[in-house]
Amino acid sequence: MENTTERGTDRVKRGLAEMLKGGVIMDVVNAEQAKIAEEAGAVSVMALERVPADIRAEGGVARMADPGKVQEIIDAVSIPVMAKARIGHFVEARVLESLGVDYIDESEVLTPVDEFHVDKRAFTVPFVNGAKDLGEALRRIGEGAAMIRTKGEPGTGNVVEAVRHMRMMNGQIRWLTTLDPEELMNAAKELRAPIDLVREVADTGKLPVVNFAAGGIATPSDAALMMQLGCDGIFVGSGIFKSGDPAVRARAIVEATTYYQDAAKIAEVSSGLGEAMVGINIDTIPAEERMQDRGN
Amino acid sequence: MRVGVLALQGDFREHLAAVARLDQEGVEVRTTDELATVDALIIPGGESTTIGRLARIYGLIDPIRERVKSGMPVFGTCAGMIFLASGTTGPEQPQLGVLDVIVERNAFGRQVDSFEADLRVEGLDTPMRAVFIRAPWIEKVGGAVDVLAGVEDPGGGGIHPVVVRQDRILATSFHPELTHDDRLHSMLIELAEEH
Repeated sequence: MENTTERGTDRVKRGLAEMLKGGVIMDVVNAEQAKIAEEAGAVSVMALERVPADIRAEGGVARMADPGKVQEIIDAVSIPVMAKARIGHFVEARVLESLGVDYIDESEVLTPVDEFHVDKRAFTVPFVNGAKDLGEALRRIGEGAAMIRTKGEPGTGNVVEAVRHMRMMNGQIRWLTTLDPEELMNAAKELRAPIDLVREVADTGKLPVVNFAAGGIATPSDAALMMQLGCDGIFVGSGIFKSGDPAVRARAIVEATTYYQDAAKIAEVSSGLGEAMVGINIDTIPAEERMQDRGN
Repeated sequence: MRVGVLALQGDFREHLAAVARLDQEGVEVRTTDELATVDALIIPGGESTTIGRLARIYGLIDPIRERVKSGMPVFGTCAGMIFLASGTTGPEQPQLGVLDVIVERNAFGRQVDSFEADLRVEGLDTPMRAVFIRAPWIEKVGGAVDVLAGVEDPGGGGIHPVVVRQDRILATSFHPELTHDDRLHSMLIELAEEH
């Protein structure tokens, strides 16, 4: 082969997210959970120190997981491993990259360290970022994010915020496609988003990267709902390992994500799953404890 | 012609777009009923363990194997190549075992080692831009398998096949569906027309 080889291009970074589509990415805190997730059909696992429900319950500063734990998870499974770094913490991101993590989630679930996000273009490893709306998604893509997910409200087992974010994103994309070229600069100003990306979305009618659902997904029906709303795939955080029977629930969510249009199959996989995680109503969470408002 | 794309998980929409660019009818295949209606099948990129597991639970492995054995052309990319193969160098996972090769998964390393490069493929007059994402390569080929392209092992282990053909089975380690270069998809459709 001639020396035409390039690593870390947009195509290579975004490409891995393309391969995860139609799949479920599961939060895990150790190698044993990672193996359960892989066995259940997860397309990837997300390594973190505590699942969002525990972060919410215990409070304090939430940081990147222990690199030794991340390494154990990498060694335990053959599927891609993601890990969370704090918003703006480019050193945590470099540490995770050096371990060979396959995707970094610059995540509002952890405690932010900066009002600015990481310059993700400077990395070979790809990043996924959360977004509540189109402007936020395009700002993150402008910084180099190769994948987007809804923020939802993590650790609640309540999917309402993920639904809200997805509907907002879809609605704003539809709106852009109806505008004349003369109107797009003003739209970019309103969205606080880079004009080139605004033009691209107006032309294609979709985000330039894959968009997954995340935040509060707890049941197979939640996963299928998000897929029907147009998400490309599913992140499940606390929903699996905070439930009564994680292996069975994990398998059911994987199957509901593939057969998301088939209500009879969703009914079948949802039967006898045992207890779902305990949910939290969003309006009982004080505004300053809402993770979705971190890092806009 | 109806070209099915196995739509259990992965980048099946990109393959359906390639099929549409070639003016053929693309069909998402998730059930044995859908499989029965197609003239050729594409197995997309994705996670081979996930695709294999879903195919096993929903009883698709034997029906796909039977169709391929009775001559239906099939094209697998990346995870699709792994699913078609007779084995891997790692732990056992559900596979069709119709393509007589042993693959090594994630052979080039992790995502930071993923790359794109120009690749010469036998039968194509100019190179393809090939996108390798946590890609497999072929460790061992059987006698009936033609190697159409290979790449050098960065670790000095010689040339490993990355595009192979065995009768009406075509497989690549990389993702032609991501680059809008539809020459290998055309090859599949030609195979189906001959059949």
